[in-house]
Amino acid sequence: MTRNLVIIGAGMAAGRLVEHVTAAGGWSVTLFNSEPRGTYNRIMLSPVLAGETSFGDIVTHDAAFYEAHGVTCRFGETVTAIDRAARRVHAPSGSVAYDKLVIATGSTPVMLPLPGSDLDGVISYRDLDDTQRMMRLAPGSRAVVIGGGLLGLEAAAGMHARGIDVTVVHLMGHLMERQLDAAAGHLLRQDLTRRGIKVLCSSASQEVCGAGGRVRALRLTSGEELPCDLLVMAVGIRPNTGLGVAAGLQVSRGIEVDATMVTSDPDILAIGECIEHAGQVFGLVAPLYEQAKVAAATLCGTPMEYVPAEPATKLKVTGVDLFSAGDFAEADGREDIVLRNPARGVYKRLVLERDRLIGAVMYGETADSGWFHGLIKDGTDVSAMRDSLIFGPGFQGGHALDPMEAVAASPADQLVSCCNGPHVVQSAFAGLSSVAAHDAVGAA
Amino acid sequence: MDGTGSSAAIRSTCPYCGVGCGVLLRPDGAGGLTVSGDDAHPANRGRLCSKGLALGETVGLEDRLLAPRIAGVSADWTRALDLVATRFSDTIARHGPDSVAFYVSGQLLTEDYYVANKLMKGFIGSANIDTNSRLCMASTVAGHKRAFGADTVPGTYEDLDCADLVVLVGSNLAWCHPVLFQRLAAARAKRGTKIVVVDPRRTATCDIADLHLKIAPGSDVALFNGLLTHLSREGAVDPGFVSRHTEGWEAAIASALEDDPSRTGLSPEELAAFSALFSGTEKTVTVFSQGVNQSTGGTDKVNAILNCHLATGRIGRPGMGPLSVTGQPNAMGGRETGGLANMLAAHLDIENASHRAAVGAFWGAPNVAERAGLKAVDMFRAVPDGRIKAIWIACTNPVVSLPEADGVADALRACDFTVVSDLSAETDTARLADVVLPATGWGEKDGTVTNSDRTISRQRPALPAPGRARADWAIFADVGQRMGWREAFDYQTPAEIFREHAALSGVAAGFGRDFDISALANLSDRDYEALAPVRWPISTACADGRFFGDGRFFTETGRARFVPVRQGAPATRRSPRYPYRLNTGRVRDQWHTMTRTAKAPRLSTHLAEPFLQLHPKDAAALGLGPADIARVESPTGRALLRVLITEDVAPGHPFAPMHWTAETAPAARIGPLVAAKVDPVSGQPESKASVVAVSRFDAAWHAFAISERALRPDCAYWARMRTPSGWRAELAGAVPHADWTTWAADLFGLDSEPEVISDSARNTVRLAYRTGGRLSAALFVAPGPVEVARDFVVTQIGQTSPDILAARPSAGRPDPGPVVCSCMAVGRNTILDALREAGPDLDRICTRTGAGTNCGSCRPEIADLISRSTLRTAAE
Repeated sequence: MTRNLVIIGAGMAAGRLVEHVTAAGGWSVTLFNSEPRGTYNRIMLSPVLAGETSFGDIVTHDAAFYEAHGVTCRFGETVTAIDRAARRVHAPSGSVAYDKLVIATGSTPVMLPLPGSDLDGVISYRDLDDTQRMMRLAPGSRAVVIGGGLLGLEAAAGMHARGIDVTVVHLMGHLMERQLDAAAGHLLRQDLTRRGIKVLCSSASQEVCGAGGRVRALRLTSGEELPCDLLVMAVGIRPNTGLGVAAGLQVSRGIEVDATMVTSDPDILAIGECIEHAGQVFGLVAPLYEQAKVAAATLCGTPMEYVPAEPATKLKVTGVDLFSAGDFAEADGREDIVLRNPARGVYKRLVLERDRLIGAVMYGETADSGWFHGLIKDGTDVSAMRDSLIFGPGFQGGHALDPMEAVAASPADQLVSCCNGPHVVQSAFAGLSSVAAHDAVGAA
Repeated sequence: MDGTGSSAAIRSTCPYCGVGCGVLLRPDGAGGLTVSGDDAHPANRGRLCSKGLALGETVGLEDRLLAPRIAGVSADWTRALDLVATRFSDTIARHGPDSVAFYVSGQLLTEDYYVANKLMKGFIGSANIDTNSRLCMASTVAGHKRAFGADTVPGTYEDLDCADLVVLVGSNLAWCHPVLFQRLAAARAKRGTKIVVVDPRRTATCDIADLHLKIAPGSDVALFNGLLTHLSREGAVDPGFVSRHTEGWEAAIASALEDDPSRTGLSPEELAAFSALFSGTEKTVTVFSQGVNQSTGGTDKVNAILNCHLATGRIGRPGMGPLSVTGQPNAMGGRETGGLANMLAAHLDIENASHRAAVGAFWGAPNVAERAGLKAVDMFRAVPDGRIKAIWIACTNPVVSLPEADGVADALRACDFTVVSDLSAETDTARLADVVLPATGWGEKDGTVTNSDRTISRQRPALPAPGRARADWAIFADVGQRMGWREAFDYQTPAEIFREHAALSGVAAGFGRDFDISALANLSDRDYEALAPVRWPISTACADGRFFGDGRFFTETGRARFVPVRQGAPATRRSPRYPYRLNTGRVRDQWHTMTRTAKAPRLSTHLAEPFLQLHPKDAAALGLGPADIARVESPTGRALLRVLITEDVAPGHPFAPMHWTAETAPAARIGPLVAAKVDPVSGQPESKASVVAVSRFDAAWHAFAISERALRPDCAYWARMRTPSGWRAELAGAVPHADWTTWAADLFGLDSEPEVISDSARNTVRLAYRTGGRLSAALFVAPGPVEVARDFVVTQIGQTSPDILAARPSAGRPDPGPVVCSCMAVGRNTILDALREAGPDLDRICTRTGAGTNCGSCRPEIADLISRSTLRTAAE
């Protein structure tokens, strides 16, 4: 017997959920989307902006896909209310009954409440429309990006690639402070500056100045004015929880779900950037996909629990090699391994706690990032390879090193003792493939 | 043999140990040499050890002295020679002939020795000429003279080929005389020669031993006295030989009977097994070396051995007899020319008036010395107390090699006038000289040497003398002329000197002495140039090259003398303050104070650092772990040494190699630890029985460094060695450094910004410096002994090597591991890989890897690797 499943939102989490659910069968699916289009890979907007790929290439599930899978698409239509008692969803073109409902409304970019922030030419960086606004700027125009996080820098680099004169204004002392430590942030700033992007750190915005209803400049608290034709705010996201609140679901920062992705209403699930799980909200794609998988399992009656994994970050700016994963805040009991190669512009920092890798920051060389991410996720004991850990999987295994080498060609008890080489190398490759999909979708 | 053919090769002799191997030298035309073994030389028949094979790497001119130096400033020869002659003449005029001295070397050629000895003993009129051979085999000389009436080696190397039992006493033949060891191993493989090793330490030589007698250090006299009583008791004594050809048997056996064999620390079963083997095997050779000689009872040990051979009449016949193996290429030549303070010349006696008269007449010498001069240790004692005011040190490094070496340095600093003639001004001794004279070295020198079995062979020049360097004989002769003896020292060629030396041996033969090469006194220059290796005596009387088979000895009675000996105790006593007894010796790939071997990168890989072998029980009691650094203190000096924990040494009896110097590891010099106690008969110091305290050196950090340029680190402990592309060093410090970047910049003399890895919780830091993208230096610092794939890392200087700070090759690249076989450059890991693939078969592993296929001196180590990994597999 077919049951009705209604999904609100057709972003990346929802698109993945539909794949799982239609593959399992047994559901009649209705998919609402405020944007008048199907699902595209939002994290690939930056390469579109930079002109490295086109929008057509980043669409993952278009209307034809959904049609072929028997999904009723209601694109361009915004759901207005959920009637939990009647188990119906209301929308302008009519309500729909559900047996199960999944909320995947995603998040909204935060706009700073600066005077003048409502002027024309002040945008966020969230969707295709924003991207197209930036792409329409004529070469030689000026743009200011507020926010030196992942999205802000991708926007800045993308516009710079199109010949726009870009300035990044960042409140904190170094760029991408949530993913990078000060040293890596410094190298990143150096790299961006070298290619012609102006970067102002420790700089607060005071007012958006306009002329004729259009943005003209951004004024900083220092009094400095940065003239611009477009002002992009990339200062963070906020979960879209309005429908959930209105429906009386339990909501704090996001719509609260348990490990099976079920909200406080057993018939309503939620996934993606709109949720809060165990006090955590999400902005990267890897956990979203995992949540979609768990939600599909819950809908199909298969027991599965969501286990949050350490997310990893890569900045999609061509020529900038950067990787960040896990926790690298300084704290008691945490130990650092740091590599600095000023000549090659390479910086790596590994953070260990109780012989486990818990955080990694790399700049300038990230080839082994997947392996490190794997070690973090798996909680592997790295004490045996600590000495060469920062050099990656290629330096594990092999003959054991011997501090007696200089004085004894054949010391007792130190023979034929190859460490756990093959094992390490194997898991390295596993880690590498699994991390390929892990990337940022929004956190700035 | 390579394709260039042997006609292009120059035949010469290796300058290292006393085996005296023939080498073929092919100059490459660019100052270098390729070196191979000479198939035609009777000592080695083409074989060479790792050291000999690497000779080509040691002839570079780096650090060579190219012109005389006076007070550190270059000078011409005329000024330098005038100064030396004037100062010596003035000193003699004011304080008498005994106020000057020569300290010379077993590295000198016979011709050099001859001229120096003639100058001192014949013309200056003092016998204050002694040689570093004093540290090597003076006890053998004294023992030979006591028993035979002359310093005669009775047998030859061929005896090793045809013996049924070979007893090796105090000799790590496998490492110190590798070519003889291989000869013995080959004989054993062919005829099943039984081999007994007598050594308190388990060495590589034990690999081929049927019986290893791990005797209490220094207890050789008790062992051989025990053997003598056994021989007597079991009726193994040859009464005919004893009664007809010897004297003193009764006293000797009486003395032996009173000795206590249990002082050897051996079990009655071990003693019985040894005695049974010896008494039951007529063809027995006893090989002995420094373990016997370097002792305050060294001469007695020699005689204890000789007593057993005399009692059984096993001497001077094929396959039997005592055989002393010497440590230097021309120790024997020095003995022949009289280069020791207690000899005259040509095996003649200084105390004998008619000998003196004959030599004086032969030389036309006005004032031949009338009594023995000061032996090495006494000579350097006479410097600080003012008896000796001018000293000339030729071709040796006493500040490193003599006991109480720090005292030697102080003495030279205080000496009125010190002359050093050597290859380099950068030796610990040359640094203290007023005048340094540039001498030619091996590869340039032209003359003869005599090896341990009395074979005289030529050292021929294959390279030009660099700069203004001159032959040692020429330098001594020029000073002799300037001191007023123009005619006596008017030599033009070494051939002239050799003819005079040979003629003088004819004078000696007239007194019935053993050393007679007078048949060579009329060699033409061309014959001298072409002289093939020849063993003395050169006479029809001793056709097979052996002495004493006929029962005739060189004593006044013509009978050999038994010497009654008793086991004594070492001169220094252990005490609660100095509870350990330190043994010393050599390592496989270094020779003496490393002034030559340290130039060869491939010899610097086998054991690249000085060390202290310590029994596990001692290490545990001292809280020392593998590769920790130990502080070793004696009443006379101190040293810091890397700890090598091994059951090869007995508890309480650590061992340290003696090669390292202020140039290579200033904190690890062994000479200062050794007390200047000497054998009362031979004057040879007791180098192998120092009392020491051992404690832990609390290093705040350890480090390993590689560098393109030479390093002279500023820290408590360091040891450096050559690599093919630069230098390597082990370091440790007592005080922690906060800023390693600054320290490393000073160490390497580099100011570029390094790449750095730090693990602050573990206190490890690694830094690498590049020049033009290529690695020029790297430092690996850790709180404990550093784990670095050294043999890989040292190859990376000059390479791009992006991941050098990983301190190991990436998993896909081979890591050969520490070198086991220097000749073929095969590492431990390569051998272990072959062991896994080919199974535990020594020959198969050697064939597969090439290891041990040249000199074979690493084969014991490979066998050891096999047996230990097999044990390990069995245990798992």
